[in-house]
Amino acid sequence: QGKFTLLRDTRTDGSFLVHHFLSFYLRAGCKVCFVALLQSFSHYNIVAQKLGVSLAAAKERGQLVFLEGLKSCLDLLFGEEEQPGQPSPLQFLSGSTSDLRALFDFVRVSLTPADGDSWKGPVLLVDDLSVLLSLGAAPVAVLDFIHYCRVSVCCQLKGNVVVLVHSNEDSEDEENELVVNSLCHHSDLILWAEGLATGFCKDVHGQIKIIKRLSLRQAAEQDLVQIYQYKIQDRNVTFFARGLSAAVL
Amino acid sequence: LVFTEEDKYGLYSNLLFKYFLAEGIVCGHDLFVASAKEHPDNILKELPAPLLDGTYGKELGDEAAAVKSEDFQDSMKIAWRYQNLPKMEASPTTYTKFGHYYDVSKKMSPELCQSAKWHSFYLHEELSFEPKMKTCNMNSGYARLLQSIQRIISQEGFDGSDPQKKQRNVLRIGIQSLGSILWGDDVCCNDTPEDTHSLTKFLYVLRGLLRKSLSACIITVPAHLIQNKAIMERVTNLSDMVVGLESFIGSERETNPLYKDYHGLVHVHQIPRLNSLICDVSDTKDLAFRLKRKLFTIERLHLPPDLSDTVSRASKQDLAGSAKLLSSGCGAMAIGKKHLDF
Repeated sequence: QGKFTLLRDTRTDGSFLVHHFLSFYLRAGCKVCFVALLQSFSHYNIVAQKLGVSLAAAKERGQLVFLEGLKSCLDLLFGEEEQPGQPSPLQFLSGSTSDLRALFDFVRVSLTPADGDSWKGPVLLVDDLSVLLSLGAAPVAVLDFIHYCRVSVCCQLKGNVVVLVHSNEDSEDEENELVVNSLCHHSDLILWAEGLATGFCKDVHGQIKIIKRLSLRQAAEQDLVQIYQYKIQDRNVTFFARGLSAAVL
Repeated sequence: LVFTEEDKYGLYSNLLFKYFLAEGIVCGHDLFVASAKEHPDNILKELPAPLLDGTYGKELGDEAAAVKSEDFQDSMKIAWRYQNLPKMEASPTTYTKFGHYYDVSKKMSPELCQSAKWHSFYLHEELSFEPKMKTCNMNSGYARLLQSIQRIISQEGFDGSDPQKKQRNVLRIGIQSLGSILWGDDVCCNDTPEDTHSLTKFLYVLRGLLRKSLSACIITVPAHLIQNKAIMERVTNLSDMVVGLESFIGSERETNPLYKDYHGLVHVHQIPRLNSLICDVSDTKDLAFRLKRKLFTIERLHLPPDLSDTVSRASKQDLAGSAKLLSSGCGAMAIGKKHLDF
């Protein structure tokens, strides 16, 4: 409860972690607000079905609130004038405001429990945060948005937040690195998917570092770091200790 | 969204661009061609002619027959362990027929061109009215292009908005040399461009348009001119597929005997991972292309056997270094040489 998990990928695509968390929390009966900025609803739906969860059904029964970033953006740009009572969550795109307040309001409203809701804790899932920088949001605005979300979802509503960011080792994208480093310092758990340093391999798709940031809550504790390698298949992902992939044994 | 990094002189990426459009015509898709450099009418006049079934096999067959007759059943004496491996096919054979093949030396016939329905966008001919959409601080050239694409998609019903239309067709969008100075964006000239977000915002909106309609898009960008690497990283994240073409013209590799059969390399930086947890990963990452008189082929990179006595150490190391870089892909890069040296 009340945990902030950071999903990070370097040199590879970490979106399989997003799919995992989405189906995990839906199966656990939590109310999920999914801010999906990079892909369409049908993409997530098809993958979730392979993992055994139906996003459409979850949406119907009110368990899932789905913000499809691509669609929202099109509505904002090509749609008619917006109603004053319903600002678009991606309002910062039109340049009228430079902060992500509208997006935060959307998240807060979706996760505040309504009467008659029987879901277990609320969860905010974001895929992925680096896109906001590409769309012109300032790094400070992005960090403010995350901060507000943490206070509101983790502290007040006792829920969890899971966010995906991209990063690169010698990236020249300073704004992105700033956001990623700052989020790393404030996360309870970091799942870092990396492509193998030695190059591409058919049987091992990458390596995942699991960092439990115990030092965040208690001053004297050390962070716990575990490293596994993984291979992604059609319906699930297999994890194994380094060097012990099924192809080798 | 296929993002192609142009080679230095734009020769080969132009060829790929035309292949994409020609395939659209042959398949009966609608086309949308946008450019700030060449008038789309001219681009369409230069499309390669499709090869009929029999001819391609014959083209390939002539070459293959010459090679095969010599060493088909010779058993290997020294490297006998390799005998059991399947014979590696460098070029696609006719039974894996996906798409069509084209003859680069001939132009597509005007009748075939006319049979396709196509729309064009030539930046310098577009009226300079203010676009109806909210521009969101985007470069006006990009904004107008987006508006034009959106108009075509909704008018022609590619987004399924017209339930009357029974025959649903695909729209192939080709955008040439995006990001170049001709579009009014200085991202290719300046290290710190005035507006760092125009290109990425454009790609995001384009991605949205593609996702909600039956369309596919290829963009060519003179990436070698973009100094700001941060933008290239963001652009890679926003595209489904990223392919880079590196031609050997004018570089030291042109005279390198190890590359003598090829005209350039194909770098696949990213492949699409859509509707699935996994992506379709091929066995090999080393791809090179060559432009023969009639065909443009992309093949696995073959290094010819090192038979000369006087190969200098420098060129060997250089090739080993670049071979390691070539064998990375899917966003997994080999960091330096330290991991593989032993």
